[in-house]
Amino acid sequence: MTDQRSQAEIVRQSLKRRYRKERRFRAYGILAIAIALSALVVLFVDIIGKGYTGFTKTTITMEVELDGEMMYLDDATDKKQIKMADFVEPLLQALIRQVPGATEENRDAVRDLLNPYASNELRDMLEQNPEWLGTTQTLTVLAHTDVDVYVKHAGDDAYSIKLSDRQQRWVDQLVEKEVVQTSFNDVFFSSGDSRDPSRAGILGAIVGSLLTMLVTLVLSFPIGVAAAIYLEEFAPQNRLTDFIEVNINNLAAVPSIIFGLLGLAVFINLFGMPRSVPVVGGLVLTLMTLPTIIISSRAAIKSVPPSIREAAEGIGASKMQVVLHHVLPLAMPGMLTGSIIGMAQALGETAPLLLIGMVAFIVDVPDGFFDSATVLPVQVFLWAGSPELAFIERASAAIMVLLAFLVSMNALAIWLRKRLERRW
Amino acid sequence: MQPANLLLLTIVLSMVAYGLGYARSRSLAMPMGGIRHLKSLPFYYGARAALWCGIPALLVLGLWAAFQGKVIQTLIIGSLPQEMLPASEGEASLLLSKISNVASGSLPPGFAEAPIVEAAERLKALREQSRMFMTTLVVSVSVLAGFLGWLRVRPALNARTQVESILKWLFFACAALAILTTIGIIFSVAFETFRFFQKIPFTEFIFGSQWSPQTALRADQVAAQGAFGMIPLFTGTLLISAIAMLVAVPVGLLSAIYLSEYANKKVRGVVKPLLEMLAGIPTVVYGFFAALTVAPFISNFAASLGIDASSQSALAAGGVMGIMIIPFVSSLSDDVINAVPQTLRDGSLALGATQSETMKKVIFPAALPGIMGGVLLAVSRAIGETMIVVMAAGLAANLTANPLETVTTVTVQIVTLLTGDQEFDSAKTLAAFALGAMLFLATLLLNVVALKIVRKYREQYD
Repeated sequence: MTDQRSQAEIVRQSLKRRYRKERRFRAYGILAIAIALSALVVLFVDIIGKGYTGFTKTTITMEVELDGEMMYLDDATDKKQIKMADFVEPLLQALIRQVPGATEENRDAVRDLLNPYASNELRDMLEQNPEWLGTTQTLTVLAHTDVDVYVKHAGDDAYSIKLSDRQQRWVDQLVEKEVVQTSFNDVFFSSGDSRDPSRAGILGAIVGSLLTMLVTLVLSFPIGVAAAIYLEEFAPQNRLTDFIEVNINNLAAVPSIIFGLLGLAVFINLFGMPRSVPVVGGLVLTLMTLPTIIISSRAAIKSVPPSIREAAEGIGASKMQVVLHHVLPLAMPGMLTGSIIGMAQALGETAPLLLIGMVAFIVDVPDGFFDSATVLPVQVFLWAGSPELAFIERASAAIMVLLAFLVSMNALAIWLRKRLERRW
Repeated sequence: MQPANLLLLTIVLSMVAYGLGYARSRSLAMPMGGIRHLKSLPFYYGARAALWCGIPALLVLGLWAAFQGKVIQTLIIGSLPQEMLPASEGEASLLLSKISNVASGSLPPGFAEAPIVEAAERLKALREQSRMFMTTLVVSVSVLAGFLGWLRVRPALNARTQVESILKWLFFACAALAILTTIGIIFSVAFETFRFFQKIPFTEFIFGSQWSPQTALRADQVAAQGAFGMIPLFTGTLLISAIAMLVAVPVGLLSAIYLSEYANKKVRGVVKPLLEMLAGIPTVVYGFFAALTVAPFISNFAASLGIDASSQSALAAGGVMGIMIIPFVSSLSDDVINAVPQTLRDGSLALGATQSETMKKVIFPAALPGIMGGVLLAVSRAIGETMIVVMAAGLAANLTANPLETVTTVTVQIVTLLTGDQEFDSAKTLAAFALGAMLFLATLLLNVVALKIVRKYREQYD
């Protein structure tokens, strides 16, 4: 009797300790989730903080006197004269008039506020409007990258300001007079890569990514679906089928860089295909995403209930008709969802593309499947490796664009699943 | 015609063949009293004609497009004068790129030797010829085969079974592509690896503790003789993967336990997709984060404590890699924990155990094999991860276990050796393939073992 009571006593006494342990265990779980989620938040905050300024550009707006004599130009429709003409001088004179205290002596210091490309901008404008010659126009041209960095990041220790003290004072005054302004960075979305951060854009990379993804989609979706149909519906139970399945499961877990080695050895060295073109990139990414698509398509086919098949067979459909007329349409939403997720993976993939030479510095926007190109994640990689912080800013902005693409693809997949998938 | 246009043309031709086959079957059936006298529906006669028209043409097109580049290259090299014949493959590729630059007009002919200019002209002519031949061949094959297919449309022909068996073979070919890919991987790495071991002895590669792949480009150059010992790369990879696992396994496992055992439906519905977002972020973004935010933070923090830390520490790369792997570990362990039968849970709780005791003493031991399988898969992923280490870990092959120092990994070396200019027979380039072979073998082994464990575990409770 006394023994039993002490047993109950022992249990009761240990309860407090056990509940404490219970609470501690639960706290560990919450802590783990908090760590994971805070990593996510820090990552996003860091990238947005580094990159949001990449979406603005710094421009100089001023009255420019387009004096023909100063520019050595008397007919703006003459291509030959346009080539020889001086487009720096009118911009420089206009800027000197805007900068208080600037004279002809310190023209070099003033010129360094203008983007080296500004004269090309003026040339293009004049070519389009030849009647401007001899008039005075209010024009907006790009500011120098150093000015851009100063306007956006003055006071930020991470950025080194390359402007001299005098130039900094000038820029401050110009900002006050609203000559130097920041606006939406259309250059970033409408041009290819450049050595000058203020002129570097992601259009080339986006087009390259689109071309590569198009090749990947056109190849991997039909092949993946066909392979899934074969394995689920037609494959006999034998060694060969087993071997195919083992292969697919293993390929799904092979590091992506190995596919890059495959592309380099087979497509480029064996077949002699050109380097750094979207077709080869698409082929490599196809081989990489195929296992994902096959696995998800098989799951979708499996989820179609056998009653559908039996009903179709019962009214005399052949096996192929059962599959193509009934199973496939019902499994299609699931297959599409899986494929979109596979494509999203392929869009963010970088490593295999480095090996097939898509890391080249390419200024032009690619105009075909056999044209040298780079893709968005590789562009991020290239800019992230630059010592110039202005490029890091561009890289963060490009990451945001990339993430926006990925989020919308995943949202599309979720929407498709909710909208079309039937639960049996 | 360009291959892409030719592809479109073939598709259009097949569509025409479909229409003709369809029409022929109908017109043959008409005098007999309607299509019910046909063996198959008109659709199948059309589809049969289209397949006859399309498949041989596409095969020809694919083979031609795949091999024309190599054939033209060989022809060009072979036609060069004796004294210009390249001695090595590296020279050959240099010469070829020069010739194609002249041919495309990006290198003015004045800057190249006369034989090169001639070769460039020949290259242009050959490309033109090849394109013409390909167009003629593909179009004639598709028209001829389509015509034959069309000719054989008869009411007694069972077009449906033929179409279905062709389709079945096509589906099989698509599935067999997985085997082809594996064979491709094995051959592409094995061949170059074999050539590498002809230059560098196998034992030196496996047991050498020095890695400096810089070899002299010319014989008279004063450069260090390359050293190809993979031990430092191997330990570096292991160090970074171990750090990643130290982050990912506890965090992933504990969050999976919390989500499956404690959290209510609402919390699960919010937290799970957020965790999965971590898996959807491209690795280049993690690399950017590790190289530009985490690594400087760690080295500054260590400096403020008076410790010397490298600006490309293994800790930064490994830690961020761990964050990337968290969702992988947590979703795999979630599956495994949910697969443990409810009866085990109920039995333990009925005996008066608390939830955490049930978890620690009943469910976890039962789920352990499955969790181990998941962890092995995660390790294989960490070993093969490339972008984070390329961006955040260094190039210096140090043999160290200090997480604050710079180490390099197998994947980093593959990327560094293979980006930029390369000649295909230097030990340096071949070394990348040897490393790739090691990486492939290691991950393959891990995956096979892990998948086996997971499958066995599933069978146990199914």
